Amino acid sequence: MRYLLLLALCAVLIILLVGCDEMTHQPRYQAAGPGRLFPDGKAMQAPPAGAVAQDDPARAAALDRRPAMSAALLARGRQRYDIYCSPCHDVAGTGHGAVPARGFPAPPSLHEPRLVQAPSRYFVEVITSGHGVMYSYADRVAPADRWAIAAYIRALQLRRDAPADALEATDRAKLYGAKLGGAKLDGGPP
Amino acid sequence: MPQIFTASADTWLRAGVLLAAMGVLVTGLLWDGAIGSSYITAVGWVRDQPVPFSHKHHVGDVGIDCRYCHTTVETGPHAGFPATHTCMTCHSQLWTSAPALAPVRDSLATGTPIRWQRVARLPDYVYFNHSIHVARGVPCVTCHGRVDQMPLMMRAQPFQMRWCLDCHRDPGPHLRPPDQVTRMDWRAWDREGHADYGPHQAALLGIKPERMTDCTLCHR
Repeated sequence: MRYLLLLALCAVLIILLVGCDEMTHQPRYQAAGPGRLFPDGKAMQAPPAGAVAQDDPARAAALDRRPAMSAALLARGRQRYDIYCSPCHDVAGTGHGAVPARGFPAPPSLHEPRLVQAPSRYFVEVITSGHGVMYSYADRVAPADRWAIAAYIRALQLRRDAPADALEATDRAKLYGAKLGGAKLDGGPP
Repeated sequence: MPQIFTASADTWLRAGVLLAAMGVLVTGLLWDGAIGSSYITAVGWVRDQPVPFSHKHHVGDVGIDCRYCHTTVETGPHAGFPATHTCMTCHSQLWTSAPALAPVRDSLATGTPIRWQRVARLPDYVYFNHSIHVARGVPCVTCHGRVDQMPLMMRAQPFQMRWCLDCHRDPGPHLRPPDQVTRMDWRAWDREGHADYGPHQAALLGIKPERMTDCTLCHR
């Protein structure tokens, strides 16, 4: 009898030990995992048609309104541009990124007159809906960040195309005074 | 009354106790070794994936930022698996007939997600939030290793509690400028020259190490 009890205790312990693994793999859905409950087999479900998320109006407003230019906006735009745009458009905006170098159709330079004259909203719209072979980035770049990128594109264009004479006197002195390996600066940068 | 024990019973008892003690010791040592072994932690093991995606190519060779695909890493608990739409941003034009990418094209055509095998997985009883780590300047490479050198994704760290605690007890030396979190190569980061950086950054960001070992921080 005593042995039987001991055996039963061991069995219970083993069953409990098996339970330990249940803590590691709990019977719950993971964010990007499968979900057998739903017809499409995904745990993550798209909102039903016509649903309006709580932050949708804020997103729409952010997309609609151009934020005021600021150093912070440019810094954010530069960071987002380098992440999402530079693989194709390259960090200077000339369209010679690493992806076109591997055979992707090269995008136009952001410095061509058509794009220099285009309003900032145009860049926001292209990021939102895509253009030609460029896919939409609406799922990757938040509305406010699209305006930040557009602002940074403006800075890129200005940096390349603005004449040195447009700089303030102190900045101009700094530019001409800069030691660039003996290179002589005449006009704007190359 | 007959003898219950034989003359050698004492010897047998001593041998038995000694053997049992040695058994416990050896089992303990083996168990400890097994817990830390890559067989248990899966460090350095690659998993079969539906598409042989190379982080080495995309991160190391092409230079794509982590956040291009893992878009929610700064805003949510999960870094986020890229949608097939993200893959096709480039692969609608590049390698369009490559057999290796057939599952990606099928996924786009049918709307069925690709079933990636999770590599960096935490136990379900651990609450982990990517965004707070990224915002405080824990670089991706700290936990995920040099993914820019991994042709196939593998786990770089054991993801065990003692490993988490190593950093949670003393986060300072592990902190980097938050705007450079996706940088992979930190060999140029001079530990001596930045000796003050960690403590200052921890104070600036309000990181309190004494609260970072609370059980309920991760086990919620």
